[in-house]
Amino acid sequence: MIRFVGRRVVELAIVFVGVTFIIYVMVFTLPGDPIAALGGDRPLPEAVQAQLRAQYHLDEPVWLQYLRYVGGLFTGDLGTGFDGRPVGDRMAARWPVTITLALTAWAIEVVVGVVLGLISGLRSGGLVDRTVLVGTVLATSIPVFVLGVTAQLVFGLQLGWFPIAGTSEGWPTAYLLPAIVIALFGLASVTRLMRGSVVDTLRSDFVRTLTAKGMPRRNIVGVHVMRNSVAPVLTFLAIDLGYLLGGTVVIEAIFNLPGIGALLFDAIKTHEGPTVVGVATALILIFLATSVVVDLINSVLDPRIRHE
Amino acid sequence: MTTPVLSVRDLAIDFSVGGERVPAVHAVDFDLHAGEVLAIVGESGSGKSVTSLAVLGLLPDNATVTGRILVDGTNVVGASERDFAAIRGRKVSMIFQDPSNALDPVFTVGYQIIEMLKRHGQGMSGAERRARAVELLRMVELPDPEDRLGYYPHQLSGGQAQRVMIAMALACDPEVLIADEPTTALDVTVQREILDVLRRLQARTNAAILLITHDMGVVADLADRVVVMRAGRIEETADVRSIFTAPRAEYTRALLAAVPRIGTGDRGTAALAEERPVLEVEGLVVEYRNRRGRHVRAVDGVSLHIRAGEMLALVGESGSGKSTIGKSVLGLAPVAEGRVVVVGVDLRRASRSEARAVKKRIGVVFQNPTAALDPRRTIGQSIGEPLRVHLGLRGTELAGRVSGLLEAVELPSAWSSRYPHELSGGQRQRVAIARAVALDPLLLIADEPTSALDVSVQATVLDLLRRLQQQFRFACLFISHDLAVVDALCDRVVVLHRGGIVEEGERRRVLTAPEHDYTRRLLAAAPVPDPDEQARRRGEPLAG
Repeated sequence: MIRFVGRRVVELAIVFVGVTFIIYVMVFTLPGDPIAALGGDRPLPEAVQAQLRAQYHLDEPVWLQYLRYVGGLFTGDLGTGFDGRPVGDRMAARWPVTITLALTAWAIEVVVGVVLGLISGLRSGGLVDRTVLVGTVLATSIPVFVLGVTAQLVFGLQLGWFPIAGTSEGWPTAYLLPAIVIALFGLASVTRLMRGSVVDTLRSDFVRTLTAKGMPRRNIVGVHVMRNSVAPVLTFLAIDLGYLLGGTVVIEAIFNLPGIGALLFDAIKTHEGPTVVGVATALILIFLATSVVVDLINSVLDPRIRHE
Repeated sequence: MTTPVLSVRDLAIDFSVGGERVPAVHAVDFDLHAGEVLAIVGESGSGKSVTSLAVLGLLPDNATVTGRILVDGTNVVGASERDFAAIRGRKVSMIFQDPSNALDPVFTVGYQIIEMLKRHGQGMSGAERRARAVELLRMVELPDPEDRLGYYPHQLSGGQAQRVMIAMALACDPEVLIADEPTTALDVTVQREILDVLRRLQARTNAAILLITHDMGVVADLADRVVVMRAGRIEETADVRSIFTAPRAEYTRALLAAVPRIGTGDRGTAALAEERPVLEVEGLVVEYRNRRGRHVRAVDGVSLHIRAGEMLALVGESGSGKSTIGKSVLGLAPVAEGRVVVVGVDLRRASRSEARAVKKRIGVVFQNPTAALDPRRTIGQSIGEPLRVHLGLRGTELAGRVSGLLEAVELPSAWSSRYPHELSGGQRQRVAIARAVALDPLLLIADEPTSALDVSVQATVLDLLRRLQQQFRFACLFISHDLAVVDALCDRVVVLHRGGIVEEGERRRVLTAPEHDYTRRLLAAAPVPDPDEQARRRGEPLAG
């Protein structure tokens, strides 16, 4: 078990360094000069530009800048934006909104997806199963911005059940509608995955053994089928949490939520390297951390992974 | 006579498939008494498994059961899930064919035994349940039973998993144990051990055993009485001696005649030409990397050769490396050392085009014909493919060759437009053989070609192989675990154990006067279809 965790941590470190370096290089080699652009229509004097470049270390080779950046990361310094505010502070102000939104959406996916998947799997071909099939096809085929705007119009404006935009009403009312909208896509996948997994498990020999042992159906489904079916779904859920955290750009724009997605979008527009890399790095870290956690949970659920 | 613990009367089972009723079992009657082993024998489709599943209400929803199944005097036909729950595991329990898949992979062995005791053993404390689980594992002769409780199914071998299944089945002292092909998925020496365990436990617990099997050797070994089924009906019911010595039903006689036995067929050894062998394997070493990156030797320094017109048998248990040797010849295994020479061409050193020219002349037949044939192509297309690809044949010439090949394997040439699913298992294997001999091979590799087939079908396929070999005079590498099949077909035998050759020689010598201990064990472990012989081997008189 310790070896298993150790190996995962080493893998994580390699992926972390590789991915942050690629993003760093990509952002800083984008066409256009962010310092020159700071002045807008009135070009800044050469001396001021050179001084700013030196201040942000933009006159050094990219690899040195990167090393400096990574070094800063270990001391908790995420760099400074062009407005002079530390990137760390800017992100800290935005995270709660995005995390609340993503976790709300994720919780909807977990609870509704697993339950619906289980029911459709247990009664495959039944009414619930067929309704879910149609629903999942619908949910995955409508683009998220269409869904978002429509939901806003119907539930926010016409029915008045939820606030139309902003976070002023707090959790859960302000977050529920956007969370449902972004959860729908992943929810469809979770349901289909869970359904398929349950159907496969029900067909396996050991379920027949359990029935022949005289175990009650409740126990067979609740303990054995669940634990065997949930592993592949869990892997998807972890990846999806990363996607939810990073993919909220559109929904934050529609519902005017001041989250990390909105920050990332602005930073890309203004070539603010440190902010882009900072947000992206944080997202990658979350992504990697969730994948390690899922592997650990999977190895607890399935001894075959543990003993590999 | 005592009341039977299980009594089946006028049992009929239908399946509704696509709105049609397909009968599976009809007018089945039998009684099972305490302390008795009743075997239901039959080939696939005979309804033997369906009958046993009906006893525990394990049939799928599209099955309709009529008649009576009396468990301890209570009729369970049409019983509710709740009624069945009172019977399953408590009065009747069951073990299945494939033990590795019959246990839940994500729970420990101990958990799975104890959950059963929790369910049925009223008033037992946690410590008592644990003690009982250990006792059960000791009963099935599993070493270190206390440690084994913490094991997961994948940490057990197939034989050990089946022991756990037996322990679990006997946990609540059932009156009836249904054993559905309990040793079919196991190696012959492991089968021997499991049969021994079953026999000893049966003597101890006095439970009745309903044994479902296709293997007449297993019947002779374990059964007291036998029900022979065919196509859903009972052909004959009799005590085990009468079945083997004086079978009444025509079908029983045919079934027994089809079972290959060692040392019965007396036939000459093929006269061999003096030319260079078709296949020469020298010092072959095959290594696989396991998941931790360590090298595992599957084949360790094997040398053998086969001449034209000769059939060489590679025999051994799972993990012996016999299939890997076949794969090495086809270039499908990671050969670490050694030479594989076919008609004088060293396949590892030859240029790509040279090697391809030689491989064209190697035919292959695998164990499972259903998996080996493309389900979306007609059998004519499958047989014709090598002719099209390698010889460039088209149109009527191709069609002519295909129908010739179909006739050679005794299938009507008009069948070339049929699809594999329209054929039986044996017919599919004939198609696979026709494809293998399409390019007039110099070497045929047959990997367990009859292991997935019923015994009566096996006999005809073996006949076919023998006839084709006389006709085409190819060299044949015949890979098998079944010594009786080997005896019926092959000229020389190579016995493999853990990747190495332990014995090699002329068929009759190896199979009747083996020199190596392992060969002797293999021969002794395979049950023969003769109850007296089996009793003699066990050193105990036959009851009754």
